[in-house]
Amino acid sequence: MSGATLTIGDYQALVSAFEAEAMPAIAGADSVDALEAVRAKHLGRAHGWLRTLSARLGELDRGDRAAAGRAFNEVRVRVEDALAERQQTLAPAREGGALADPTMPARHSWAGVVHPVSQVLDEMIAIFRELGFTIALGPETESPWYNFGALNFPADHPAMDLHDTLYVSDDVLLRTHTSPVQVRTLQAYPPPIRVLIPGNVHRRDPFDASHAPAFTQVEGLVVDEGIGFADLKATLNHFARRFFGAAKTRFRPSYFPFTEPSAEMDVVCGVCNGSGCGVCKQTGWIEILGSGLVHPAVLESAGVDSERYTGWAFGMGPGRTALARHGIPDIRILYDSDVRFLGQFSR
Amino acid sequence: MNISFEWLKAFVPHDLSAEAVRDLLTMHVATVEGFERIRAELDPFVVGRVVESEKIPDTRLSFNKVDDGSGTLLDVVCGAPNVTVGASYPFARTGTRMPGGLVIEKRKIRGFTSNGMLCSPRELMLGDDHDGIMTLDTDAAPGTPLLDVLKLGDVRLAVDVLPNRPDLLSHLGIAREVAALTGKPAGMPAELAAVKGVKRAVRGESSESAGGVSVTIEDAADCPRYCAAIIRGVKVGPSPDWLRRRIEAVGGRSISNVVDATNYLLHGFGQPVHAFDLAKLAGAKVIVRRARPGERIVTLDGVDRALSPEVLVIGDGNAASALAGIMGGQASEVTGATTDILLEVATFSPRVVRAGRRQLGMSTDASYRFERGIDDAAVARMAALAGGLVIAVAGGVIEALIDVGAKPTARKSVLLQPTKVGKLLGDRVGSAETVKILESVGFSVAKGDAGLRVTPPSWRHDVSRDVDLVEEVARLRGYDRLPDALAGSRPSSVPDHPLYAVGVRVRDALVAAGLCEVRPLPYIASPDSGSLGAVRVRNPIGEDEPYLRTQILTTLARRAEYNLSRMQRDVRLFEIGTSFVVAASGDVREEMRVGALVMGARRPSHFTEAEPPAFDAWDAKGLAELIARAAWRGARVDITEGSAGTLWSVAVDGAARGVVRSVELDAPVWAAPAFGVEVTLGRVATAAVAARGTHDYSRGEIPSVRVPRRYVALPTTPAAEFDLALVVPDGVPATEVERLMRRTAGETLESIALFDEYRGSGIPVGTRSLAWRLTFRHPERTLRDKEVEGRRAQVLKMLGQELGISVRAG
Ligand SMILES: [Zn+2]
Repeated sequence: MSGATLTIGDYQALVSAFEAEAMPAIAGADSVDALEAVRAKHLGRAHGWLRTLSARLGELDRGDRAAAGRAFNEVRVRVEDALAERQQTLAPAREGGALADPTMPARHSWAGVVHPVSQVLDEMIAIFRELGFTIALGPETESPWYNFGALNFPADHPAMDLHDTLYVSDDVLLRTHTSPVQVRTLQAYPPPIRVLIPGNVHRRDPFDASHAPAFTQVEGLVVDEGIGFADLKATLNHFARRFFGAAKTRFRPSYFPFTEPSAEMDVVCGVCNGSGCGVCKQTGWIEILGSGLVHPAVLESAGVDSERYTGWAFGMGPGRTALARHGIPDIRILYDSDVRFLGQFSR
Repeated sequence: MNISFEWLKAFVPHDLSAEAVRDLLTMHVATVEGFERIRAELDPFVVGRVVESEKIPDTRLSFNKVDDGSGTLLDVVCGAPNVTVGASYPFARTGTRMPGGLVIEKRKIRGFTSNGMLCSPRELMLGDDHDGIMTLDTDAAPGTPLLDVLKLGDVRLAVDVLPNRPDLLSHLGIAREVAALTGKPAGMPAELAAVKGVKRAVRGESSESAGGVSVTIEDAADCPRYCAAIIRGVKVGPSPDWLRRRIEAVGGRSISNVVDATNYLLHGFGQPVHAFDLAKLAGAKVIVRRARPGERIVTLDGVDRALSPEVLVIGDGNAASALAGIMGGQASEVTGATTDILLEVATFSPRVVRAGRRQLGMSTDASYRFERGIDDAAVARMAALAGGLVIAVAGGVIEALIDVGAKPTARKSVLLQPTKVGKLLGDRVGSAETVKILESVGFSVAKGDAGLRVTPPSWRHDVSRDVDLVEEVARLRGYDRLPDALAGSRPSSVPDHPLYAVGVRVRDALVAAGLCEVRPLPYIASPDSGSLGAVRVRNPIGEDEPYLRTQILTTLARRAEYNLSRMQRDVRLFEIGTSFVVAASGDVREEMRVGALVMGARRPSHFTEAEPPAFDAWDAKGLAELIARAAWRGARVDITEGSAGTLWSVAVDGAARGVVRSVELDAPVWAAPAFGVEVTLGRVATAAVAARGTHDYSRGEIPSVRVPRRYVALPTTPAAEFDLALVVPDGVPATEVERLMRRTAGETLESIALFDEYRGSGIPVGTRSLAWRLTFRHPERTLRDKEVEGRRAQVLKMLGQELGISVRAG
């Protein structure tokens, strides 16, 4: 109880004086450097106030030291917090430099990508959805009946050569087109039917610059009373105008076992505007889709009255459109999944 | 099918340009894919007449005045010995590019100016003759285009003939269409005017002999008709120019007069014709039969082939001497020494020819036509024509014409309601117009009470129903003439397939999260699943990837490796696609799944963060939640500890849906670890919807009706919160602690958030420190401090009692 040179009252006064001086200095520091000077003066290890206050605790009576220490700590925390807060306010000026140099780049997160083939597919689907089409899907493994028989392919005929097929077994194959879903849909729902059928199909083609053994098709089917070729033509022309701009189209005869009459639709070449160039092989036209009136045998395969109902169908390949649209020279690039390629198509 | 514009014109004289014919065929018949001008390089050459000529002393050269029709006589120096005043020659004006590539320029030779060149056949690439310039036997005016005089120009049209129209695989077939479209009649080419001298045929049912030769058909189903022309005394040699030109015009190579004559029938009339060297047919016999087991033949292409009874052959007295309808044999090939020949003109079964040529892995011009169907009513006529053409170009006499087999019966007629044409085409097409169009391409039409009874011509194999006739009317009138106006429509009875909408939602969520969609091939090298069977393709594209994937992540792993091999370390890929497994039943089970793979930097580097942290398992867990919430809106998603080999299992409303796992890659040392998520979005039904010829309208998929979320009123009272820093023994999972806190914190607890995990100094070994923030709120009033303090005490007490958890000191 003796020898004390400093009373608790004096010590508390010193602490208060320290706080009274430090706080305005911190608040007044208008730069990181100024704040650093304040920090050195008051909290510096060598000469700071804190060091002094901490050292002088020893001059107190033993009994008073706990209370004094508490007072000291409370003030220290308040001052350090104030310093940190001020630092936080001033910090971006040094760390980010945004204020000093606003041309520095923004902070980004990764950009996601919808595959270019999906982008084409989405646009196609959007146009047909406006016309009341809904989406039907079906399996990639199919029976020969759904893939060929129900679609009026003559058995053991060269028409089959157009569909080089991958087989899993005698009864199961990988569908060569999305048309089996036509039959599935006609079996599951009564007319009126207006569906769009996107999906992957498989052909036993070597994987080279212009062929892929698995690729995406999208197919459309309309079945109702009184549907004819004029409806097909009008709808597909509408699609072509919307999808390709004010494109001129033409229909020319073709052959698909499941449509009769069959026709292919071309749009005028967008590169040369119809005068002929390398892209359109000098014809002035680009082949877009195959189409035709649904063959009555297909309706009959699905148990639909082919005298009462008629319809039309079409099919096209969004992959080819994606290649043409973006000038991609090799179809394999669509499958490689190189992140640098995909990054070119981010939204 | 290559069509020569000039040859076609010989069948149907018309006045259309080659371009007009191309467009006419494309728009009404079959697409013309190729358009190639033959000898287009001779376009700039003209007829030049030498008006004056004098030798240049001490040289082989002459100095000439040439009239090129321009009105000015040109000075031309020529080195040929045969320059004759008054004669006409092919002339290249200055600026003309020679077929060899050289451009003719004005130049000085021995002090004489030369403005062009008189040309030799070799310079024009019209033969090897270079002894002198090419004298033109013409009185055409100077300046006339050379091709007008030589008649060597032509256009080769490549017509894409589809499998239903084999009748278009000949100039005659195309000519019929051009005739119908232009109204000009088709007829025999003038070059065949001299063909005649055919004896009357000797007919037999299944066997017949004449001229010392016997022909036997073993099975009429394989070969309904076989005609043989026996010709003796031919002289095999080069073809006359006109015949050689025809063959070359369609891209063929002239071989000999006899072979070229058979090819003329093939390309001109669509009738395959084969010529045998009669002396090489043992016993002078022709037997149409199946090959015997173990039998062999060396075909014309020099290949020694093993045959099976699937293959139809032409046998002689000993062995197989030709593959019927496919290719001849080397042993009976017509050579320069041949004097007697047997010309085969027959009908073979399309199925048998197809089976045979597939078995042998070959396809020829002949088999291509037989397996699609030829004009079987024309066989006898074609045999007579073939015989006549051979003796016209190779001499000899036709000793006999043997005709074995039945004449084909007439085609089945088709009943057509004339109103149906207009109905299906959506345009007014009168009955008279329909009849006229059908008759123009060879159909015969009889009008009856029931409608039009239409009989197809013998060369058409694609007409069996009324819609086939509607197509004839549509294409010949032209699709372009049909009206084009959008009509109203009834709404579809088909709802969107439920998986379509799910796929779009998941895709959009993952794209928003910065992932890249991929669409790779689904084939893989080896089965990627343990218990479930992978589907193997029986005839894969490559034996290196014969399986279908059972998991999307297998495909994504290979794509990630592809990127690593191209030094791309930051990979964020996803795919929504099909997985395939063999189910216990043996059927293929298909699922629509989403797979996602992430590795490398979690965000792009920035000057404030040069090396952002790499993706870790927690990111993958987050993606799993993202996918599940996007796919099943409002459902309960549980991500729980995974079974062997996985990090977590994903369950939706209690049903297992997917996994989160590390993905093993064949990766370089600098690659970051890869994490993957795979979630099954739904099953794709593979079973038949209904039996053939029936429907089952109860089987359509109806998307389930979603239970909408209830609105919860926004709070009007303040929240109270406190943090708990706890020391948790190892082995106690965080979810268990949370569960206990929820149970004990009372109903005013609003939320619990885990915000820190710490191990290290101050924390006893065998424990970790976890810190939660608990938020409380009473719906109607402000919570009192004491209430919250009471909850805190209760929670801590229970944590201590039940899980041995204490508050972290300090
Ligand atoms: Zn073009």
